[in-house]
Amino acid sequence: MANLTINGETRYVDLPDEVPLLWALRDGLNMTGTKFGCGVAACGACTVQIDGEAVRSCQVAVGDVWGEVTTIEGIGTPDNLSVLQAAWVDHQVAQCGYCQSGQIMQAAALLAENPSPSDAEIDDAMSGNLCRCGTYPRIRAAIHDAASKMQEA
Amino acid sequence: MSRIGKIARRTFLIGSAAIVGGVAFGVYAARKPAPNPLRPEEGEVALNPYVLIDADGVTIIVPKAEMGQGVQTTWATLAAEELDIAPADLRIEHGPPGKAYYNRGMGGQILPVPEYKLSGWQEALGEQLSVAGKLFNMQVTGGSTSTVDGYEKMRHAGASARETLKEAAAQQLGVARSTLKTEGGAVVAPDGTRLPYPELALAAAEIDPIVADLRPRGDWRLLGRSQPRHDQAPKATGTAEFSIDVRLEGMKFAALKRNPYQGGAMNGFDPADALAIPGVEQVVDLGDGVAVVANNSWSAMQGAEAVVFDWGAGNYPATTDAIYARFEEALKGDANSTLLDQGDADTLPQGAQEVSADYQVPYLSHAQMEPLSATAIHHGDRMELWSGNQIPIHCRAAAAEEAGLDEIAITLHTTLMGGGFGRRGFTDFTRYAARLATKMQGTPVQLLWSREEDMTHGYYRPGAIAKFRGAVQDGKAVLVDGRIAGQSATASFMKILLGIAPAGPDKIHVEGAFDQPYAIPNARIRGYLAKFDLPVGPWRSVGASINGFIFDSFIDEMAHAAGADPLDFRLQMMREEDPRSAGVLEAVRDISGWTGKTPEGVGRGVGFCYSFGTPVAEVIEVHQTEDGIKLAKAWIAVDPGLAIDPANIEAQMFGGMMFGLSAAMHQQITFADGAAEQMNFYDFDAVRMNTAPEVVEVKIIESGHRVSGVGEPGTPPAASALANALFDLTGQRARRLPLADQFDFVV
Ligand code: FES
Ligand code: FES
Repeated sequence: MANLTINGETRYVDLPDEVPLLWALRDGLNMTGTKFGCGVAACGACTVQIDGEAVRSCQVAVGDVWGEVTTIEGIGTPDNLSVLQAAWVDHQVAQCGYCQSGQIMQAAALLAENPSPSDAEIDDAMSGNLCRCGTYPRIRAAIHDAASKMQEA
Repeated sequence: MSRIGKIARRTFLIGSAAIVGGVAFGVYAARKPAPNPLRPEEGEVALNPYVLIDADGVTIIVPKAEMGQGVQTTWATLAAEELDIAPADLRIEHGPPGKAYYNRGMGGQILPVPEYKLSGWQEALGEQLSVAGKLFNMQVTGGSTSTVDGYEKMRHAGASARETLKEAAAQQLGVARSTLKTEGGAVVAPDGTRLPYPELALAAAEIDPIVADLRPRGDWRLLGRSQPRHDQAPKATGTAEFSIDVRLEGMKFAALKRNPYQGGAMNGFDPADALAIPGVEQVVDLGDGVAVVANNSWSAMQGAEAVVFDWGAGNYPATTDAIYARFEEALKGDANSTLLDQGDADTLPQGAQEVSADYQVPYLSHAQMEPLSATAIHHGDRMELWSGNQIPIHCRAAAAEEAGLDEIAITLHTTLMGGGFGRRGFTDFTRYAARLATKMQGTPVQLLWSREEDMTHGYYRPGAIAKFRGAVQDGKAVLVDGRIAGQSATASFMKILLGIAPAGPDKIHVEGAFDQPYAIPNARIRGYLAKFDLPVGPWRSVGASINGFIFDSFIDEMAHAAGADPLDFRLQMMREEDPRSAGVLEAVRDISGWTGKTPEGVGRGVGFCYSFGTPVAEVIEVHQTEDGIKLAKAWIAVDPGLAIDPANIEAQMFGGMMFGLSAAMHQQITFADGAAEQMNFYDFDAVRMNTAPEVVEVKIIESGHRVSGVGEPGTPPAASALANALFDLTGQRARRLPLADQFDFVV
C-alpha cells in the first residue's frame, strides 16, 4: 500500500507493496496507457519515468518507487499533444500501437537529456523497446523531427 | 462503451424500426443477404450495416480486426470517397458480430491454382465461393483480404447512403434528386440550402436504399492518396483501448495456466501455495487448466506459477528432433499435394548441371506485442465479452457454448488489438474467459495470459523441412523438383471456421513454392503432411512464410550454380510468365542500384515472393563490422495493383519485412520433454531499433491489376533476401533458420 505522485497528483494504491508499479498503474488506478508486454524487462512496453528517468515499471515494486512518476497520460492528451506525440502523429508511426506508449516515454527521456540525438544515440536509447510491427523507421524519423521542433521552440 | 452497443440495446427495448438509434445504409440491402447485426431484434431488414447516421453524425462500421494494419482507416476512406464527407468527421466502430460481414475476398484463395494465373472465370468462381463463405459465417480478418473485400463494397455503401440521403432531401424540398449535390457531410440544394446528413437520416430510413454507380477513379479525391490514420492520436497518448485495457466496475484480474504438454489432461492440482499469495482470491478449475483470480494481474500470474499440477502428456513427439524425424518419415509416404507438375521432373535434362539442397525452418510463436486476454461478465441470462479477435462470429458461438446461453444473449465487443499476426484468428482466449466468467456469475473478470503462457502454447507457425533438386543450363533453371514436409497450418484453423478439416491437397502448405511466377520447363512441387496434435495455425503469410524462404533460397542457389546474377536470373525466367512480377523485380533493382557486385565487407541479397496476389521483391544489404554482421539497408518494391493508401502500404511493407527478418535472425520454438523451451522475449527476440536495417525506399508500382492485399506479402521475401545477402558476404549458404545460430550478428 503506497502513496505515489503520478503526473503531479498524489495517488493512493491499495495493493501489496511488492506489486510492480506497472500493475499498480494498470489495475490499481485504471491507468491503462502503460502497457504489459513481457514482465521481465525485455520489451519496454511498460516504460514510464521516475524523476525524469526512463524505467521499466514491471521491474519496480510499488513500495520501492523513489520519486515522481510520469506516465504517457501525463505528457499529453489527444486534444493537447506534446511536441513528441505530435511528431508521432505527423509521421503516422503507430501500427497496432501497443508498444508506442513505452517508445514515447523512452524517447521523451532521451530528448530531455540529449536535445539532438544522433542515429547511434537513438539506437542506444531505444534498443530496449521492442516493436513487433516494425515501426522503427518512423520512430526514428519522429524523434529527429521532435528534436528539431523542440529546439526551434 | 461503444455507441453501437447502446443503440442495439435501446433499439431492443423499443422494438421499433430503430430510428431512435440511427440509420444504417448499404447497397447489398437490395439483395437482403443477411440480417443487419445492428438490430438484432429483427429478422431481416432492408438496410445494411456499414454507414450509420444518428443525431451526432456519421459512423462507419468496419467489422474487421484492427491489428495495426490500418484497415479501419482504409475502409472508412472507401466509404467517405462516395459519401462526400471529410474522413476526419467520421467515427469508426468495429460493430457487433454479423453474418452480413462475411469476407468476400477469401474465395479466390481456395482455388488450387497460382493466383497470378487466375483467369476471368476462375476469379468469378472465387467470388462465388466467397458468397458461399456467408453460409459459414466467414466474418474473418485474414489472408490479406480486407482491402479486396472492402474495395467495392464500402464504396457502394457510401454511394448508396449518399443517394438515399439525396432522395430524402429531394422529397423534402420538392425538387428532383438530380439537382442536388453533396459535400462536407450535407446535401446542398441549387439555392445553396445545406441539409446536414443527420437531419435527413430519419426520412432516409423510410426510403428503399438506392443503388448508385461508383465514381470512376479519375474523380477520386481521397483514394490513392495517403490518409492520416484515425487511430494515431489515441495510440500516441495511451488512450486507445486494447483488449487488455478493458476495465469494469468491480472487475477481478485472473491469470491462465494450462498444461505445458499441449492438449494433455489436467489430472489434478493443489492451489494451496497460490492461495497464500497476497492479493490472490481463488483458483478456478477450467477443466484443462486453471485461472488464478486476484485483485491485480501480477498477483494472479504469481499465483498461476505457484499452483502445483499433475499434468498428462501431450499427443505429439516430445522433442524437436523427434518432430523433425516425423517430417522425414512423411517424405517417405504419399504426397498430400502435387499442385505444380509440368514437364518431366524425374529426369535430369541432358547436359544440365544438377543442384540440390535441403532446408529446415523452425516452429514460431506469433509473439504479438499484446499478450492474449479477454474480459467477460455473466449476468445469468446474458453475457457481455470484450476480446481482440479476428473471428467474432465464432468467438460469440464459443462464448455461448461456455455460458450455456443462446448466441443472441451474448454481446461481444471486438477491441483494438496489439498485433495479431494470425494468433487472434482462434477462439481459445475468448472461450476461456467465457468459461471463467460462467463460474463467477455476476463478477466481471479479465483473463490474461502471461507472456510465458502465450509463448509456451500454440497455435504455432509449424516447422518444416524441404528437399529440393534442380538443374541449370545456359544460365537458366531447367528443372526444379521440391518436396516439402511439415504440419498443416490450416487444418486446425479450418476446423474452427468450418467445423471440419477439409480433406484433399493442402494448398497453403505449399504456397510460396508451387505458385511462383517462373517459366521453368520441368517443375514439380509436392507437399507431405505429418499429423500429430501440436497446435499450429496461420502466422503472418502462413505457408509463404516457410516456402518463401525455401523456394527463393533455392532459386538463388541455382543462379549461383549457373554463374548468373541472382536478380537477373530470376528476371529472365519471370518476364514472360508474369510481367507484373518482373516489374517489381526491375523496380527493386533500380532503386537499390543493384549491380550484382559488392565491395569487401558488404553483402547484398535479393528475395522475391508472390503471395496473396501481391508480388514483392526485397534487397537487403549487410555489413561486416567489428561488432558482428549488421543489417544495414533495405529496399522493397511491391505491386498491389492499385495503391489505395500509399503511406499505409509502405508501413505494411517495411513492417512485414521486419517481422520476417526478426524470425529469420532470432526466432524458434523448440521442444524438450514435451514442452516448448522458449518463454519470453529474452529467448525469442526480434529486430530492434539498433539491429533493424535502414529502409532506404519502398517503391509502390500500380500495374492496374485487380487490387490485392499488403498485410502479409512483405514478410516472405525477407528471410531469403537476408540469407542470400549473408551468402554474398561470407560465402556460407544458410539452409536453416534461425540465422543467429550460424552467423554472428550485431546485437
Ligand atoms: S513489460 Fe516491462 S519491459 Fe516488458
Ligand atoms: S506498433 Fe505494434 S508493436 Fe509497435
